[in-house]
Parts: sequence; C-alpha cells; structure tokens
Amino acid sequence: MSIAVDDDLTERSKENLLRPERFLWGILSFACGIGLWWLATVSGLSVLPSPWTVLMRMIELAFSGQLWLDMFASLRRVLIGFLFGSLIAVPVGFLMGWYRIARAVIDPWIQFFRVIPPLAIIPLAIVTLGIDEKPKIFVIFLAAFLSSVVATYQGVISVDRTFINAARVLGANDRVIFARVIIPASTPFILVGFRIGLGSAWATVVAAELIAAQSGLGFRMQQAQLYYDLPTIFVSLIAIGILGLIMDRIVVRAEQRLTHWQERVYHD
Amino acid sequence: MTELQPKISFQHVSKKFGDGLKSFIALNDLSLDIADGEIITVVGPSGCGKSTAMNIVAGLIDASAGQCRVSGNSVKGPGPDRGVIFQQYALFPWLTVLKNVEFGLKLQGMGREERRKRALHYLELVGLKEFADAYPKTLSGGMKQRCAIARAYAVDPSVLLMDEPFGALDALTRVKLQDQLLETWAKDKRTVMFITHDVDEAVYIAHRVVVLAARPGRLQEIIDVDLPFPRNEEIRLSREFAAIRNRVWRAVYDQ
Ligand SMILES: Nc1ncnc2c1ncn2[C@@H]1O[C@H](COP(=O)(O)OP(=O)(O)OP(=O)(O)O)[C@@H](O)[C@H]1O
Ligand SMILES: [Mg+2]
Repeated sequence: MSIAVDDDLTERSKENLLRPERFLWGILSFACGIGLWWLATVSGLSVLPSPWTVLMRMIELAFSGQLWLDMFASLRRVLIGFLFGSLIAVPVGFLMGWYRIARAVIDPWIQFFRVIPPLAIIPLAIVTLGIDEKPKIFVIFLAAFLSSVVATYQGVISVDRTFINAARVLGANDRVIFARVIIPASTPFILVGFRIGLGSAWATVVAAELIAAQSGLGFRMQQAQLYYDLPTIFVSLIAIGILGLIMDRIVVRAEQRLTHWQERVYHD
Repeated sequence: MTELQPKISFQHVSKKFGDGLKSFIALNDLSLDIADGEIITVVGPSGCGKSTAMNIVAGLIDASAGQCRVSGNSVKGPGPDRGVIFQQYALFPWLTVLKNVEFGLKLQGMGREERRKRALHYLELVGLKEFADAYPKTLSGGMKQRCAIARAYAVDPSVLLMDEPFGALDALTRVKLQDQLLETWAKDKRTVMFITHDVDEAVYIAHRVVVLAARPGRLQEIIDVDLPFPRNEEIRLSREFAAIRNRVWRAVYDQ
C-alpha cells in the first residue's frame, strides 16, 4: 500500500535472505581453519595438539565440571565489574556532557587514566585491595567505566543543536530537554560504549587472572602452562572466544532493539 | 491602538556575534513591523542575517541591541505562541510521526486521548494520517517537512516562523506545500514569517517581501505584493507576478 512500509519490508527481507547465506560462509570458513589446523598437526609440521585432542580435553573438562566453574568465575567478575562500571559511567558521562564545569573537572582525570592500560593498575590493586576478588573486579570496573563514560559524554555533546531548539520552541525546559532529547539522542553512543566496555572488561579479566587468581579461565591457562598442558590452554582460549562472542552479540542485539529508529547504512 | 499594534515588531534590533576583534555584526539596526495575520517572506544573500532575525523572534537567541516584541511583549525565550519550522525538519528520529506531533501537546499537560485526537487531526491536514506510527527514517523529505508542519500547528501558535522550510524539496513538492500553506492560512490567518532563497516562492506566498542586504545584515527594501488571494497557477504565470518578481530579484542581486 504505502511506500514507506514497502521500503521497510524489502529492507528486512533482504536481510533475511542474506543471513543464512552469511552464516553458511562463516561455518565454511571455520571448517577450513580447523581442517588446516588438523593438517598441520598430522603432518608433524607443528607441535600443537590436534583438534581431536582438544575436543577430547574439552569434553573431559566439561564433564568434570572444571570448565563450567572456570567460565562461571570469569564471567562473574566481568559482569560485576562491567555492571558497576557502566552504571556509574552513564550518569557521570551525562554530567560531563551537560555541565561545562563538570567536564572541566572530571575530564583530565579520565584522560589520564585512559592512557594507563588497566593491567598496569593490577600491581597497585593487589597491594592495596588484597589478592581476592576485589582487585580483579576493580580493574574490570575501571576498564568498563572508562570506555562507557567517554562514549556517554561524546554522545551528549554531539546531540544535534536543532533537536534541542525544536524541543525548546515546543515549550521544553532544561529538564524536559534532558529527559526527552539528550537521553534518547545519546543512546546509540552509550550502547557503543557498552560494547567497547564489555570487550575491554573481558580482555582485562583474562589478563588479571593470569597474574593472581585461584579460579577462572585465565588462571586455568596459567596452570596449564606450568605443566605444558597445551590442550587445556586451547580449551580455555576457545571458551574465552565463545563467551566473548556471545556477550558481544547480546549487546549488538540490544543496540538494534533500542536504536531501531536510527537511519542505518547497509553494507551488504 | 490595539488594532494597530503589530504582531511582530523589530525595534532597532542588532545582533553581534563574539566580541573584540573577532566580533561579527550579523544584523544591524533592523526595524520592521509585521501585522497580525500577515505573511512576510524574507530574502537576501547568504549570511545576511535572515536566520538570525528569525531566531531572535523565536527566542532562541537574544538581540545585542534594540528589542523584538511579539504581541506587544518583549521576547524572552521561546514559547509555544511561536511555532518554528526548521530547514532540517528537526523531527525527533526516536519518536514516531504521531509522537513527534504530540510532543508539544504533552508538554502543555494535555491528556492522552485529547492529545492523540488533536495530533491525528493535524496529521490528516497534512496528509500523513496513515503514517502516524511510522518512524521519520521511513519518510521522504517532503513527508518529513509535512510532519514538522503538523507538529508546529498542533500547539496552535499565533505566529509561524519558517526558515527555508521547503529548501531541500523538489520543485513539485515545493509548489504543493506552498499551496497547502496558503490554504491553511486562509482558514486561520496566522502571522507568518517565512525565509527563502527562492524569489518565486517569496512573491507567491507573501503580502510583503522583505529584502535584506549583507555585511552587515540590514534592511534593503520592502516590496509590497499587490496580488489577490487566493493565489493560484494563473497568478503565478501573470505579468503582474513577473513584474514584482523582477523587482525582488533586482533588490536581492543588484545590491
Ligand atoms: N552562532 C554564531 N556565531 C558566530 N557567527 C554567527 C553565528 N550564527 C550566525 N553567525 C554569522 O552571522 C551571519 C548571519 O547568519 P545567518 O545564519 O543569520 O544568515 P542567513 O541569512 O540565514 O544565511 P543563509 O541564507 O545562508 O541561511 C553569518 O555570517 C554567520 O556566519
Ligand atoms: Mg539561514
């Protein structure tokens, strides 16, 4: 019937058509990679364990429950650190974007801490916070906080002036502009910040566990290294990759849901 | 006295941006009265202060000197008595067409049912009723601008301020929206201040065309458009129209 609705439909069906195809290419690519890996190990070109050995170890670790415990330990740290980090980052980012003075006061600190890799904080965190969960969660918190706070305040300062003017001439005061214009307009930026924050939180947890931990995927790899246990290292790496991918997809989905109103450029 | 009171009155309005050596005079000593129910179009070279003048009426920027009055009251910030339509549409992309139109009504504290009814009424007026639940990204430029017009009308302003509202549209859509604007005006006789780059458009819809000059932005000439309403194709093609159009053209380009 209507042009706009038709447009919407064709866009969506185009995506649907492409999705299974893209998925197949992905599977094929992975299969080829594993095939090459297998060839390299059977031909004796490499000292790596074969895919088969790794799979066996994975099953073994899964049945003993070890794998799940490690995954749970790492995930727990990431989620707690990330949750606190982003929950605090959003209001701080809004504050910085909205009030010049807040920006002038807070920004130097953020810029400073941003250039310190979170891992460099670990020694300090261990000395001051002990060797239990606190230092790890703290560095993850920091990593997530820094990327989300920058994204949020970038989002606020890049809100198009015309939206604000349009709201003002319709009778909006500052409070309304904040709630009904600034927040929705900066949501896409905030979600991108979350995605980056989650990525760096995940990167940080593994590294933190390599240094000081009694559990977690990073810790498991470090232990395996001591015993030259390559299959376990592979299993941990694969688990890290898969969990990271799943978390990233979840954020991307949330992003698509919350910002479906955005004009997007399709790159297919 | 009250009958003679202009709806919009610029009284020696100047606007200077920045200060010291870097300051720039965007508008210099503009005095102009716009009567209630009058359609004024403003033309002039780029940078002559058209948008600046309009934003002062809208209350989005303050005059550096002189004052601007609307309905006799000196302008202090924006208000729903002055509806503004921007060139870039400025629809909120995160709201549906209906919610965009309801935005101003909600701020006035109007109840949900009434708000909806009113918004739909104005959407019908601009021919967008079937698109009430669509998001702006699915609309064409002309539809977006019609939605912006509905949003401005919905709060029932007595003054409409339009900054090159049809500037980004194709010629045919433009003419249609011009006719639509005049049709609506014939019913409610709102005061309209309309900025445009298009001399034909300026003459076609106006009672008077205000020509500004640049550097510094100032009043160049006011040209009366002595053509009857309702305006139509016949008037647009008439010799009288062409004569006025040529006058405006010369005033703009032979400065
Ligand atoms: N916020 C600002 N700060 C500094 N200078 C400004 C600002 N806004 C406008 N100006 C300057 O004031 C002058 C008039 O601007 P204005 O936007 O009113 O012009 P205009 O007549 O609407 O031009 P156009 O036809 O291109 O829209 C321009 O030279 C512009 O550079
Ligand atoms: Mg302008």
